[in-house]
Amino acid sequence: MGVAAVGPAVAAAVCLACGSEGGPMGDSLIDISNVTKVYTTGDVQLRALDGVSLQVDHGEFIAVMGSSGSGKSTLMNIVGCLDRPTTGSYHLAGKDVSRLSRAELAETRNVFLGFVFQQFNLLARTSAAENVELPLIYGGIGSKERRKRAVAALEQVGLGNRLEHNPNQLSGGQQQRVAIARAIVNRPKVILADEPTGALDSRTSIEVMAVFQDLWRSGITIVLVTHEPDVAEFASRVVNMRDGHVLTDRTQQPKIAVPGASAENLKASAEPPKGPGAGAAA
Amino acid sequence: MNPVQTLRVALRAIFRNKIRAFLTTLGIVIGVAAVIAMMAIGAGAKARVAEAFAAMGTNLLIIQPGSTSTSGVQGGFGSMPTLTWDDYVAIRDEVSTVKAAAPSLRSNLPVISDEQNWTTSVTGTSPDYFEIRNWPIALGAAFTQVDIESGTKVIVLGQTVVDKLYGPSADPVGQSVRIGSIPFQVVGVAAKKGQSATGQDYDDAAFIPYSTFASKVQGGLSKYLRGTIMVAATSADTTSKAQSDITALLRDRHHVPTGGDDDFQIRNLSEIAGAQQQGTDTMTTLLASVAAVSLAVGGIGIMNIMLVSVTERTREIGIRMAVGAKPNHILSQFLIEALSLSVAGGLIGVAWGVGVATYLAARFKWPMLIQPDVITVSVGFSALVGIVFGMYPAWKASKLDPIDALRYE
Repeated sequence: MGVAAVGPAVAAAVCLACGSEGGPMGDSLIDISNVTKVYTTGDVQLRALDGVSLQVDHGEFIAVMGSSGSGKSTLMNIVGCLDRPTTGSYHLAGKDVSRLSRAELAETRNVFLGFVFQQFNLLARTSAAENVELPLIYGGIGSKERRKRAVAALEQVGLGNRLEHNPNQLSGGQQQRVAIARAIVNRPKVILADEPTGALDSRTSIEVMAVFQDLWRSGITIVLVTHEPDVAEFASRVVNMRDGHVLTDRTQQPKIAVPGASAENLKASAEPPKGPGAGAAA
Repeated sequence: MNPVQTLRVALRAIFRNKIRAFLTTLGIVIGVAAVIAMMAIGAGAKARVAEAFAAMGTNLLIIQPGSTSTSGVQGGFGSMPTLTWDDYVAIRDEVSTVKAAAPSLRSNLPVISDEQNWTTSVTGTSPDYFEIRNWPIALGAAFTQVDIESGTKVIVLGQTVVDKLYGPSADPVGQSVRIGSIPFQVVGVAAKKGQSATGQDYDDAAFIPYSTFASKVQGGLSKYLRGTIMVAATSADTTSKAQSDITALLRDRHHVPTGGDDDFQIRNLSEIAGAQQQGTDTMTTLLASVAAVSLAVGGIGIMNIMLVSVTERTREIGIRMAVGAKPNHILSQFLIEALSLSVAGGLIGVAWGVGVATYLAARFKWPMLIQPDVITVSVGFSALVGIVFGMYPAWKASKLDPIDALRYE
């Protein structure tokens, strides 16, 4: 089942760091072209991204890896329309979003993107259903429709029986699934997950990754940022970053996340780096 | 995001910190309560002043005779009798704006009962006097026109005199008192009138027919009226007209040449009342300004707590921004929160203010006067305070960078 979905991802694997900057890349969902991001603190200039190009097609499950300081978080912020590139262009679903105002970026996030964070970032003392409704409120959806869609989203992540629970009444894995429900409730084009398993134990991590794989199979594009190779195993494509550059970019046969599998199982099967698309380095 | 949702989010945030919200609004509460109470007290005091002057007699004019001028020493009004009894009759009968007129001949004399004596202000007057002064008779009746014509020795006592001569709640009607050696029969007791605005006891007085006063006290009825004439105009609006009508009449009757000084003086009590009212107004304005300052201080309290709230909820702001809240959404959320706090404070303040005003009105027996526009203005002003002082924290929240906000610990 997971295998079937790998097809388009493999086909979409485009070499990026080859540096052939320039024209829009047709109908890529995410098209980042020669993007730099420079932070200036005092006299010191830090090039967090140094000419990164990346195309992601519909239906890909891409993991961006790298150690801290590699620029993966900065890339994530730009892809997530939380930040704007210093130079270069970013087209999301064919639309240039690299020079939008703060309000326009907010609307873009609301319509096209869903976020999942390491620390879950749910509103405290607010029920699961209301947390999931949040993007719909800013999207101007009426309250009945909001409720209906929030319930559907929570059922999709297996929390249909936890609608009125507050975050502090839920386990870490459940909280992260609420966050995923919130990310998908607005039917976004892309889900951006920033270290979504970073605060979870390995068993719960697999559960959460299984949810992501389900979403991926249903056609949602997922961009995952992680520094854990184990987690990247579940993606169909892995991009490695270092010092603001894309180091390697390869497609792979994703490992199937089986909920309930033990941590040892995860470690064991993660050891041999197998998969057809391995090794498409720059 | 529509205003109702924004309001709901704001109220929820407020109810999460009930005590803090209450303490925050306390400044506004006290400010508004003070404004309402002060304005009500001011209005009550004003009404009391008006009442005091009404007690003196509404639309009252007092005509005093003119002054002498011998060898350059001017004797002041009243030092020479220039008013005649015919002047009094003319004023009473010929001026259309005059409702009633009564002479007032006054002297401090000892009034003696069988047991006690008491020196009081004895006024010789006509029955109209009680109408002009709005002064009903509590026991018995006033003397009549017949008493005036025949110079009967009858007397109406003020309540204080009754207390002194017979003790409180005694009914002296029918008893006999003496003024000097002349016996008078008590025919009535004037109702208790209380104190004047200057603290003078109205009830420390006795009244006899002016004819009797002239013949027995002043030693005979002459051409001149040795006292003053009290006049009631037909209404408050015609008081000034009555004043000028009487001036014209008296100048004509006294043959005062054009450009010459009046040989009499007319005091218009409504003017004095107006000056008193102005004093009260100034006081009210002063008190209300102090209260308004405390409202502004309340606004600073709201700003302070909103800044704390924005800092505390930085991560929440980040989450909201990440899922699509525009800067304007965040701005209005915090602005409406500040507004809700200040308006709630305003409404609680109105309740407190009305309570305090009601208590004070009952305590000092003032009329309870709370103007609806004062309530509207003070609630409106507290809303304004919320917007003005909530704007900066809300603006600060809306300017947060979503990435920093999400990382905020």
